[in-house]
Amino acid sequence: MHGRARKTPTPQEEKAFALKASKLRPLQSQFLQFHHNKTYTKEALEVCAKLLEANPEYLTAWNYRKVAVEHILSHSETETEIDPESIKSIFSEELRVTERAFAQNYKSYGAWYHRKWVLSKGHSSIDRELQLLEVFLKKDTRNFHAWNYRRFVAALKNRSDEEELQFTTDMISDNFSNYSAWHNRSVLLSQLLEKKVQGYFPKEKVLTEECNLVHQALFTDPDDQSGWFYHLWILDRMVKVESPLLVSTWPPHGSSINVSVKGCLDKSTLSPMTSFDLNTGTIPVILYFSEAVEGVNSSTINVESIYDATQDLIWTPLSTNNSGSAQAWVTYLNFLEEKFHFLQANPLKVSVGHSQGIVSLNGFHCAHPTEFEFTVYVQPPTSQHTDLQCLEMISWGDENFHICETHLKESSPIKFSYQLENNEDNESTTYKWKAETIANEIALFRELLSEANCKIGKLTLARLLMAHDVIMSYNKSSDTYKLAHSEEVLELYCDLMNSDPSHSQFYKDEYSLVLLQQLTSNLESLLRHCYHYRDLSSSSIHGHICLRLCNLSLSRIGSIKQLLWIQMLDLSHNQLRSIEGLEAMQLLSCLNLSHNQIGTFSALEPLKLLKALKVLNVSYNEIGAHSVNTRRYLCSSPLSHTVGSDWNFSEFAIDSVDVANYWEAFFIFKDLKLTQLDIIGNVVADEKFKVFLLKVMPTLKWLDGVELQRHPKP
Amino acid sequence: MDDTLSYPPIDPINFDLIIVGTGLPESILASAASAAGKTVLHLDPNPFYGAHFSSLPLQDLAAFLQSQSPSPPPSSAPSDGNLTAVELTTRRMYSDVEITSHSPEPLEHSRQFNLDLAGPRVLFCADSAVDLMLKSGTSQYMEFKSVDASFVCGGDGKLVTVPDSRSAIFKDTSLGLAEKTRLSSFFKLVEGHLKSDDERKISAEDLESPFVAFLSKMRLPPKIQWIILYALAMADYDQSDTDVCKDVLKTRDGINRLALYHSSVGRFSNALGALIYPIYGQGELPQGFCRRAAVKGCLYVLRMPVNALLLDKFSGSYKGVKVASGQELFSHQMVLGPSFIVPSPLLKSSPDSLQDVRGKVARGICITKTSVKPGVSNCLVIYPPKSLYPEQVTSVRVLQIGSSLAGCPSGMFVLYLSALCDDANQGKKSLHAAVNAIFSIPISGTPDHGSTDESENTQVKPTLLWSALYIQEMTTCSFESISSTPMPDGSLNYNDILDATKELFHKMFPDEEFFPETTFSEPEDGELDESPNGESLDS
Repeated sequence: MHGRARKTPTPQEEKAFALKASKLRPLQSQFLQFHHNKTYTKEALEVCAKLLEANPEYLTAWNYRKVAVEHILSHSETETEIDPESIKSIFSEELRVTERAFAQNYKSYGAWYHRKWVLSKGHSSIDRELQLLEVFLKKDTRNFHAWNYRRFVAALKNRSDEEELQFTTDMISDNFSNYSAWHNRSVLLSQLLEKKVQGYFPKEKVLTEECNLVHQALFTDPDDQSGWFYHLWILDRMVKVESPLLVSTWPPHGSSINVSVKGCLDKSTLSPMTSFDLNTGTIPVILYFSEAVEGVNSSTINVESIYDATQDLIWTPLSTNNSGSAQAWVTYLNFLEEKFHFLQANPLKVSVGHSQGIVSLNGFHCAHPTEFEFTVYVQPPTSQHTDLQCLEMISWGDENFHICETHLKESSPIKFSYQLENNEDNESTTYKWKAETIANEIALFRELLSEANCKIGKLTLARLLMAHDVIMSYNKSSDTYKLAHSEEVLELYCDLMNSDPSHSQFYKDEYSLVLLQQLTSNLESLLRHCYHYRDLSSSSIHGHICLRLCNLSLSRIGSIKQLLWIQMLDLSHNQLRSIEGLEAMQLLSCLNLSHNQIGTFSALEPLKLLKALKVLNVSYNEIGAHSVNTRRYLCSSPLSHTVGSDWNFSEFAIDSVDVANYWEAFFIFKDLKLTQLDIIGNVVADEKFKVFLLKVMPTLKWLDGVELQRHPKP
Repeated sequence: MDDTLSYPPIDPINFDLIIVGTGLPESILASAASAAGKTVLHLDPNPFYGAHFSSLPLQDLAAFLQSQSPSPPPSSAPSDGNLTAVELTTRRMYSDVEITSHSPEPLEHSRQFNLDLAGPRVLFCADSAVDLMLKSGTSQYMEFKSVDASFVCGGDGKLVTVPDSRSAIFKDTSLGLAEKTRLSSFFKLVEGHLKSDDERKISAEDLESPFVAFLSKMRLPPKIQWIILYALAMADYDQSDTDVCKDVLKTRDGINRLALYHSSVGRFSNALGALIYPIYGQGELPQGFCRRAAVKGCLYVLRMPVNALLLDKFSGSYKGVKVASGQELFSHQMVLGPSFIVPSPLLKSSPDSLQDVRGKVARGICITKTSVKPGVSNCLVIYPPKSLYPEQVTSVRVLQIGSSLAGCPSGMFVLYLSALCDDANQGKKSLHAAVNAIFSIPISGTPDHGSTDESENTQVKPTLLWSALYIQEMTTCSFESISSTPMPDGSLNYNDILDATKELFHKMFPDEEFFPETTFSEPEDGELDESPNGESLDS
């Protein structure tokens, strides 16, 4: 039934197929004739039935039968009163037709749908259906058509969830290698748990029992994946906090933010982490949630300030998919020069979740009201107008970066990001149960791995260890907490990359996320990757802190919640293919992505949301190297955007170049106000493309390290 | 039987092969020779088919066990012409027959029993007997049902389910999680070895080592080794000390036995586990092969004792037989059932007529009204060496058959026991220990009360109603001018007997095929029917 390779038909078989088809053809044309003429006679129905018996996949014929039945019923009613018995016999005939079709192919979608349709009309007995299903499930215990239909029948018959659960138990003990049975079990248990049915409460008890059951399967055959999927579901039910939480913000709670209105901030006396230049007269406020949410707006978020500038703030979701939901949301506070007293404290207080409305994609409300406060100081303009990015070209060479002095740690007692997720009481029984269960699971799977070399077991252990670390980190200061197991987890992922090369990209992504979690888990390890850009004393440009995460084999970005404050980020010499998540780093002005594996401009889409970005290095990537973009489904396509409407080919027309090929680049760069771009070392970056870029981005001053001599426009 | 007029004359009188005795090996030979186009005469002095492989009503069984005394030499009339008549004598195959009746009930229903003489015996779905029945078409005369479960007696004296398949391991409650992993990965190892994939082959060196050493090398805990050795590979002798063990199971054989078990599970969709049992008892098998032989032209005469063998006066070679009716019948080849003594002039190798005896097996048949395991009708129970008492040398295997297999009246269970032994004392000791472990035996004189309060406590042992314990000699095949077939052996299935029979056939008829493919006729519904997806054996 399963695991059999598809064979190419032999010439004899092909001949047989052809013969069968030639026999069907006259029947089919006869049928179509009836269909076309809206003939619903007994004879016509018989032809249709014959056709379906031979080929149950013919959906037109099924639809014809539905129309015919409706027609016969409606017409008889008008002429003579139709008795219930004959209605019943009409529908029984339909059931018989489906059964004959099942005999031909019990995985025929059309036949199953038709049977559902007949039964939903309510004229037929449903008592036989479970017996019928038993026959089909005996033939093939994993037939998902039969499982689907079983759910339908169970609902129609009002069979209790407990009874159906028992059925899955029986099927599983027959043969536990059955995704459908495990899946149905998870669906039924979710319902039972939600309704708190007698015997299925508390959740902890039920989940522990289920865990014990699935352990039997996992240990009996660690290489069978069906049980592992169910196990993953249990873990998710155990660990996951249902309602979305605000986990991080910028500015952080209790912070003092120094801004200058026209650049030229003298940062030598201020903490570089909380000072920044403000050209537009606005500062961002970022809310970072535990999962994507919607409903963030001025009525769900209350911002109190001594000025009224905070009224009617517009919150924007930081996501590239236009869905209206996002994990990170941003608004911009206006600090118009004339209204402010320089150097005066401007305290602000933001309250989240005090009124309902912020909802996760699963429909759960943000149920934990949270507040954070910060103070903004506006610095008076100095005579020196030093706008970093405009004055001098940023150079990413190592010689320009200096290790942060120790004073940084001491003089910046700020929490670089505010941890808000410590809402779980670690004395509660639920918390203790969670911690204990996960610890047990870890011990168990260590034992399993000592018995059998099992990929999915390693993956599960890695996940469990990280979940354990996260639970243990609750209510611990993020300055001091270290992830206890991250080294082991990283080793597990390395091991998996080697032993399971076909999924190495997935393991690499997971590895990257864990590595970043480890790096950002406490201030000390994070500061090890923070560098000063150029020397404090040698130049007027100083005080910039750059987070350098180079040469770490990263294929994905994560732990964004710890990195919202970053203004300068160096991710060069990694294996990034996507920069998803970067869109939340609204302060980012300089970004180095050189020497990665970015394959398309679409992969750079998150950059479109970075309003402050001035300097971008995407040199030595693979843009244009792949003719077919296999990852596009993860990114955007022209179909999901209104790019066409403002895409004026003639405006950017360059001699002998089909600029329409550059739509992706146009789409990314048209809204960026870059002053500096490095794109050398990509297949796409030929001379014509560069000409095109200059046209798209008039703000550009340096391209590939060369200062542009722009000719004034005529 | 002395009324010679009651015997009809046999016609013709010349055959390619005359066989005396309708035991399973003789029946297979008759069937195979007939299928190969030979003319065969098949005689049996008994009024039933099967000889030592038959299933009999209770009283007949008791009588058969006790009557097997050497027959008094019949008055032999010297033959005329060039032939000499040599008396054919039999030997006693059963000794120390011990029949105990604690209740009149079984005897009252005597005819409703079909008791196997050679029990306990089962078929593995994938074993060669099943293949042969399918190939020869014999399966159409029989129906089978599953043995529902197997249990093995643990070191603590408790019976635990034998985790013999993936789903059995999953459901098992006595194994720890890590033990489950080890056991199932060992099964996978065996599977990998059998798939002739060079990488996963077990090394030749390991295959020659004792199985128990290999199991230890694979880090299997003692409890699992115990289960594999005695409940799956069905080892007879204690394997724990390979220096003193009489019959060390080699890894190669152990793996092959596991493979048989493994491929048996799921071969037929309507068989629950690895083991099946024929409805109406094991005696159906010889009968089935006889029917098959008859279809191919073999001539059958029951109740026909053979009084003498006819030998050439000058060369002393075999020419024919003289049957009880006095008729003389001639053939080129001759096969005698195991209880006949081949007269010494015809024995070239050794004058000792018992040279082919190769040990004894103690057998027992017990009747009760309560299952050993509540809710289970047909099951196998293994008592490995030392599990019953410290000096227990060989495994005691117990097969319980309920009334669904038509072996006994409804509401009763028959338990077959067997153990290999060197002498009667040793064998009886094993059987008695097993009987005592399984049953509560009513003290003689007190009425049977055990079954009345069984519902209150499921742990109450079944009450023994009737039992027969006996010691059976084992013999091997021999190929001479007159060949003999073997007695039932001590194993659970017929594989060894079948191999020996097949070999004998090839010696007798070197140019003939053992059941050519064409003999197979279409099976009807309700019989062994192996569909491409491995399904169906039904009734």
